Amino acid sequence: MHITHSIASGMGGMRTAGDLVARMQMSRGMKIKEAKEYVASKLKVSVSDLADPVVMNEVREDLDIGRVNALPRVAKGIDAKFRIAELLGIEINCVNQFKDRIK
Amino acid sequence: MQKIYTRMGDGSVVELSESEVRQDLEEGTKDAAERAKIPPLSEDDLQRLLELYKCPDKSVGVEKGKEVILSYDSGTTKFNRVNVSVSKLQSLQIYERMLGADTMEMGHMDYSYKPAKNIMWIEQPVFEQALLVTIPPLFYGAMPNLGLYTQPDGPCLNPMELLPQGKISEARATQEEMIEHAVRDMVYVGSLMYESGADGINFDTTAAAGDADFLATLRAVEILKKKYPQMCIEMGMSGEFILGMHGELTYDGVKLAGLYPHKQVELAEKAGVTIFGPAVNTNTNESCAWNTARAVTFTKACVENSNIPIHANVGMGVGGVPVTETPPVDSVSRVSKAMVEIGRLDGL
Repeated sequence: MHITHSIASGMGGMRTAGDLVARMQMSRGMKIKEAKEYVASKLKVSVSDLADPVVMNEVREDLDIGRVNALPRVAKGIDAKFRIAELLGIEINCVNQFKDRIK
Repeated sequence: MQKIYTRMGDGSVVELSESEVRQDLEEGTKDAAERAKIPPLSEDDLQRLLELYKCPDKSVGVEKGKEVILSYDSGTTKFNRVNVSVSKLQSLQIYERMLGADTMEMGHMDYSYKPAKNIMWIEQPVFEQALLVTIPPLFYGAMPNLGLYTQPDGPCLNPMELLPQGKISEARATQEEMIEHAVRDMVYVGSLMYESGADGINFDTTAAAGDADFLATLRAVEILKKKYPQMCIEMGMSGEFILGMHGELTYDGVKLAGLYPHKQVELAEKAGVTIFGPAVNTNTNESCAWNTARAVTFTKACVENSNIPIHANVGMGVGGVPVTETPPVDSVSRVSKAMVEIGRLDGL
């Protein structure tokens, strides 16, 4: 059922920009249209590109914010989230806590 | 005339004529509109739904550009439920890397706040590890589940035993006591997981035990939001109607019993909820067309009355999805498309 919804109407998670749009809903309470427009402006892509896995794979690679096929020496996990917080101009709870732990 | 291949609310196949599907759509939206005193779907919406059911394709999807965010309830427990031998961390990586999940959720197998509180010391380190190696936003979730606070499993008298005895005031008093216990547990777990780095806390299947369950969750949200103003809180409901098991409980002066989704969301917003998830129960005696039209009607009114993102519940047995352990792709994908494009949702 998860797979059906994902194919039928989901944004695609980190295959695309789904995780980034989700972060705007969660951190700023944005509705879907506003959240997509915000992320598209930060990524300098069109709104329709946000759910395109080919375009977004390249954008994510350029910005080094984590890709599904994680190659050596690129951002993964928490380090990708450091970059996402900066890129979107938002606070990410676990990133802030990580910073506190290494002070 | 060619028959339309569709299903009943229990998933069984049924072949209906176009006029029968049309009639079911009209009756489904009428049922929701009359119950909740909301507008029925427009002629244009009904025509789009009819075209959706007439389409012979097995799977359908939204138009490119109309994709929405997916959030999950009981996320990691779904793997254990189907006997896939992976850890919580591994199942989150599968959601992230293989299922295209926009958000993820970790939860305890006994998916309620009361049992989860006892194992926080086990849950927190796993959750913290997951946050280090995954990228999408990660929720911790569980159900308020007030039923667990009654004897013999919990400390309170069981209102379901008191009510048949005519002990109305005692039944109300014990539910008020259950609220206090549940609020304490939800705030405890929510606080610990947020301090472990959670992106959000999910209160799933809210109001399953009626108005007391709903009130407990609203109060817990209020406390957590005051304590952690940046916390994202998702509230997913259990059904379209708040059962009046107590009958006299209010929040912000509004009586909770009998509220439908478009009114539930107003109170959720006031309490501090970030994302609201309306749930509409599937009727197994009616067709998928009837159920989808009904669910979309409730949900659309909720979206129109909300200032926060709406992620409707579209799992097994809710939102027009048939009540079966193996929901068919044809039914689920039609619900998915109808909910997003006609219901104007922000997520599922």
